[in-house]
Amino acid sequence: MDPVVLFFLLGVIARLAKSDLRLPEALYETLSIYLLLAIGLKGGIELAKHPIAIIAPQAVAVIAMGLVLPLLAYPVLRFIGRLNNFDSASIAAHYGSVSVVTFAVGLAFVTKQGIAYEEYMPLFVALLEVPGILVGILLARLHTLKSVQWRPLMHEIFFSKAVVLLVGGLLIGWLAGPQGLDPMRGFFFDLFKGVLALFLLEMGLVAASRVKDLKQAGWFLIGFGIVIPITFAMIGATLGMLIGLSLGGTTLLAILAASASYIAAPAAMRIAVPEANPALSIGAALAITFPFNLTLGIPLYFKMAQFIHR
Amino acid sequence: MKPFPKKLLVIIGEAALEKFLVRDIKRFGANGYTIAEVRGGGLNETRDAEWEGNRSIRMEIICEPTAAEKIVEHVFASYAKNFSLSLFVSDVSVVRNEKF
Repeated sequence: MDPVVLFFLLGVIARLAKSDLRLPEALYETLSIYLLLAIGLKGGIELAKHPIAIIAPQAVAVIAMGLVLPLLAYPVLRFIGRLNNFDSASIAAHYGSVSVVTFAVGLAFVTKQGIAYEEYMPLFVALLEVPGILVGILLARLHTLKSVQWRPLMHEIFFSKAVVLLVGGLLIGWLAGPQGLDPMRGFFFDLFKGVLALFLLEMGLVAASRVKDLKQAGWFLIGFGIVIPITFAMIGATLGMLIGLSLGGTTLLAILAASASYIAAPAAMRIAVPEANPALSIGAALAITFPFNLTLGIPLYFKMAQFIHR
Repeated sequence: MKPFPKKLLVIIGEAALEKFLVRDIKRFGANGYTIAEVRGGGLNETRDAEWEGNRSIRMEIICEPTAAEKIVEHVFASYAKNFSLSLFVSDVSVVRNEKF
């Protein structure tokens, strides 16, 4: 297990033990901005080194995956879980979109394993933020599409913090190139893992504080929060191999497919589908799927990718 | 200096509502507002602002009684069903009548 995961576990234990540990909100905000920018910049630098003819078809396939995943999750929630239309659509959107922090831990994992990966993968993170959320909204509002106020909603989705910083970082990295960013290397790249560790400590506190939501979520969603990521990881890993990603890239795409959003999706769904109970989607995404992916999921998805790449 | 009677409307709710509340209160005739980020708990949940999805705001609006009435009616009708929300109105006196 990567040591950054131990910081997450420390946060979980601290919250469960009712410790008074609490990171200032401004620090949480700063750390998340740093992580999003650093991931974007790193991807941007690499983006310049690869021809668009290779990346573009991969990007299209990845977006297609982002559109399909929530469509697979929805019927499971609606017909097996017997959740109402709004809750099913909202949870499907969370699982269709991605968690950047899970991806960051995945990056730390593949780096530690010493396996190569397509370093422009952060582009796919940015591309996967939005489609799942859009499909989730469409699923929720299929019968009342006219009542949706698309303008504020699109603004919320496309200009959310995560999208702006990831895409902005990608563009700056792409424009500036490795030489341009060299003076910032110490700050944005060398400190990355330390910042990730501190952020995961906070995420441990947050995830453990959502455990109470599981009382509302019930056994179905607890199972869903584990079975769906594994299933989606299989889809991600298969797609990764089909579009010609390396072992590391395949592992990361599997991790992205398995991850559930807890920043962009909750904010968008709260506005687009306020009827949905946020305790259900956030309880499943944060208290079940996020810890599962960090501890057991990522090594498992690596094994899947290895199996596929045999 | 003669004080002028106004209403102080305080809305405590999810931070996700901020943009909409700002738009709505202006539409109903309020001129200004003050917003602070807050933490707290109620009958159903505790909102301790530990991450983006759990933030709350307190919005204070001083306005004419008729505007306050319209805002209260609208906020309850539009948001109370699906969002964590508290709202109260009290009487206040202001010095600069034209500001509110």
